[in-house]
This record gives sequence, structure tokens and C-alpha cells, in this order.
Amino acid sequence: MAARIQIPASVKRGEVVEVRVLIQHPMETGYRRDDVGHLIKRNVITSLSCRYDGVEVFRADLSSGIAANPYVQFYTVAGKSGELEFYWIDDEGTQGSERAPIRVT
Amino acid sequence: MRRRTFLAGLAGSLALPAIAQEETLDPLAAKVGKGAPVKKGKVTLTLPQLADNGNSVPIRIVVDSPMTEADHVKSIHLFSERNPVSNMANFYLGPRAGKAEIDSRVRLAGSQKVTAVAALSDGTYWYDAAAIVVTLTACLDES
Repeated sequence: MAARIQIPASVKRGEVVEVRVLIQHPMETGYRRDDVGHLIKRNVITSLSCRYDGVEVFRADLSSGIAANPYVQFYTVAGKSGELEFYWIDDEGTQGSERAPIRVT
Repeated sequence: MRRRTFLAGLAGSLALPAIAQEETLDPLAAKVGKGAPVKKGKVTLTLPQLADNGNSVPIRIVVDSPMTEADHVKSIHLFSERNPVSNMANFYLGPRAGKAEIDSRVRLAGSQKVTAVAALSDGTYWYDAAAIVVTLTACLDES
């Protein structure tokens, strides 16, 4: 599962930073049927979290009500240079993670 | 003059149900408060008025909060009136968010009212609702 994270290249200390996450995932609702009429099993990302230098700054419970390839945009205050780590898990138990460095000047 | 009163009466009767609908809070959304009142205000929910396709509808929730240690938004809950899973998403924030604003994209099964409830650190709950017309609903059955 690939994910794209967008944060400004460089931010000032104390600045509110816009963080955008886009995860490649079908977010299968469990209500659709395949060509032969069998229900396609639900598979959605149920949890997404973001840690900034090990401290959780954002968490979300998602459901089938979130569009395929879930996109979330949120904000966090820039502390010191470090890393933003993202973790997510879907119904099949597949875990994904992605890191993005944050440069604070 | 008679025509004018008739038109005024007609406009009134048309406007009334719309207002009544605006005032009622989604019962599931009201449960977020766990007994505490969920008041209208502080939250701004932005949805397009019309979506051609319910599979991906941009949504924005902004809560009016200073986001300090003493006064911040703890969580934001999104509810749909007609989706099979009515609690679409929950977002958990903290004072480190700096700004209580979330953008995402949701799936909507038909024209409906979407409600966002925010839980604040002082124990109060606030909500906003937005109505949307969806022309093509997110596929729930045979696609």
C-alpha cells in the first residue's frame, strides 16, 4: 500500500503545519457484488494515526463511508525537526506505515 | 392584495418544513454527548450543495477553538443520515493540532443531511449539519 504525504518543505518553529495524507486503498464497502453475484468482503482502513517524534498528534477511525484512496488533511504545530510517522490498518489486518521528514527552522 | 397574501402564505408553508428539518439533530449524533446537550454552533461543516457522484465528496470541518492546552477540540465525529454505516469517521485531535480543521472525502448513499459533532476539552458538545443532493449514489449493491 502506497501513501503520499505532503508537508511544506520547511516550516518555522511554532507554525501550524498543514499535513495531507493520501493512501492507496480500495476501501471496499462490503456491499458490492462481483460478476457472479457474491458479496465482496469488506476491506476498509479502520484506523489511521500520525505521530510526531513519537507523540501521537492525530488519529482517525475511518469506515466504509470514506471514499476509496482515503484522503485526510489536518494540522499540527511545528516543534522541532524530526519525523512524522503514519500508521494505518485495514480489515484484513494489513498494516501500512509511511514516514515524512519535517524540517523546522 | 389577495394574490400577495396567497403568495406569502405559500412561501411560508414551503419554508417551514425546511426550517424544521434544519433544527433537528441526528439522534445518533446526539448520542455523542452521552446525555450532555449537543448544541448548534462553533462547528462549520462545508459540503458541496450538489454532488454528481456520491463516491467521493469533499468535506471540510472547521471548529472555532483556540486549540490550547486548556481549551481544545478532543474529537470530531461525522454522521450520515442514509449511509448503511452512519458513523462515517471519528477524528481525534489535541492541543498539538494548532488548528481544528479536517478535510477529507466521503462516500454518500443518496441526498441527505450530514452532521459533524465536536467534543471540546471543557466537556461541551457542538454540531453543524449540511444538506447535500447526490445525483449518483455511492454503489451499495450491484455496480
